[in-house]
Amino acid sequence: MTISMRDQMVQTVEDLFAHDERVALLLADISAALFKNLLHTPRAFNLGILEQTLIGVAAGMALEGYIPIVHSIVPFLVERPFEQLKDDFCYQRLGGNFISTGASYDYSTEGMTHHGSGDVQVLRSLPGMQITVPGTASEFDHLFREAYANGSPTYYRMSFSTNPIEHPVRFGKLTVVQQGRAATIIAVGPALARVLPATADMDVTILYCTTAAPFDAETLRAASQSNNIILVEPYYEGVLVPDIIAAMKHTPVRIETIGVPHQVLSHYGTPEQHDQSISFTPQAIRRRIERFLQL
Amino acid sequence: METDLTYVKNLMALATGDEKHDTSAHSTLDVLWVLYDRILHYDPAHPYSEKRDRFVLSKGHGPLAFYAILAAKGFFPSSALKNFETWEGFLGGHPDRNQVPGVEASTGSLGHGLPMAIGIALALRARKSDRRVFVLIGDGECNEGSIWESILLAGNLALSNLTCIVINNHSSTLSLGNLAEKFTTFAWSATTINGRSHTQIEQALSQRDPQHPTAVIAEIAR
Repeated sequence: MTISMRDQMVQTVEDLFAHDERVALLLADISAALFKNLLHTPRAFNLGILEQTLIGVAAGMALEGYIPIVHSIVPFLVERPFEQLKDDFCYQRLGGNFISTGASYDYSTEGMTHHGSGDVQVLRSLPGMQITVPGTASEFDHLFREAYANGSPTYYRMSFSTNPIEHPVRFGKLTVVQQGRAATIIAVGPALARVLPATADMDVTILYCTTAAPFDAETLRAASQSNNIILVEPYYEGVLVPDIIAAMKHTPVRIETIGVPHQVLSHYGTPEQHDQSISFTPQAIRRRIERFLQL
Repeated sequence: METDLTYVKNLMALATGDEKHDTSAHSTLDVLWVLYDRILHYDPAHPYSEKRDRFVLSKGHGPLAFYAILAAKGFFPSSALKNFETWEGFLGGHPDRNQVPGVEASTGSLGHGLPMAIGIALALRARKSDRRVFVLIGDGECNEGSIWESILLAGNLALSNLTCIVINNHSSTLSLGNLAEKFTTFAWSATTINGRSHTQIEQALSQRDPQHPTAVIAEIAR
């Protein structure tokens, strides 16, 4: 039976809590009920709705040798306390783990204040910030266990939408799903669920990306058999373009970016309706690929 | 180690280049001197000893008095002050914990140090440590929302190992009213002292409320 990434987060954190006394959990109301088994312990806190202080307190615990795990909804974990992430963690070179829920328009009925399409773009600007985008619950578990204690601040972008098939993933590595000649397609996290049906009969390389930073330039260079590169991201489109250009240095490449457009999404409804509206469906992605490759 | 305050002032005179923060540096001088001379437990030879008390200069601005006292107490050679804010030096306009021995947390952007001090206090409480955490904020810094988030939080958490010193040199653009009353409303034990009186500073910082965090409002004439 598959579980949601959010339920997996609780299982993973509870297990690490039991086995690693350095782990501390800090919440700002979000998911407090899910963590009821931990919140009575001296290393777990629901601090209330004060996200700037939440990140600062986590940094203080990291200064004392703890490995903080902080969790909230994207805008309140990334954008409101952005300066605390930058100064308190990245500039101080402290390790910490930041797990978001509500990726892009997962909270589709709540409007733009609760959307989270800009998280990877803004976090990518922070020196030392590691960014993971798991596509399934078990991939979250795997990536988290690999990275949580590596001494760097690390972001885990959970999403409601997941990939139907598991792939072997390693932190910091692209997974080669298939190889082909016409183009290299980089599918980030849950975007793979759209890319695979969109390219079912195409002679293309598909690279599955679950770590956006640090980006695995080596695998992209080694696996790419074409100068046509298509980047499919489940957040604002084009974030990893500088990484691709840097990876393919001295090689001219054509790049197509597919993802969430930079615009205010004013509708509510379901995530699937947003997918249709911004052409983030397998059918629409196939049309974009065919146009780009002039098929 | 008894330190002569005149010696500290002479060390401060070695450093030039931050005249815009002179007022800030001198407003903290007496409080920091009493804190490091008579209150804090620390060993400069083992700056990260588990047995030390912690101090965070939350406001970060005007760290010259802080640097001079750290040098006077032996955390680093006093000759380093000559290179204050220079390319060759490691003493910047705001303290960097990765470069300056004795600095617990890097600060400079206002409103960051108090939340970190709360995290340190929580960590010590989780480890059942009896060490204390001191944090210094400025009255201007009290305009920041994160400061009031933190004051609310520390009171709710009953962080009795935390003492927050507010240097009130009346630099705040906004009227702050009676700061001690405000802290008390947020479940702190608060007192107001003359920030130049070493006797009052020592007495206020020696006390520790067993149930509540402590706030010491140090008034400094501007």
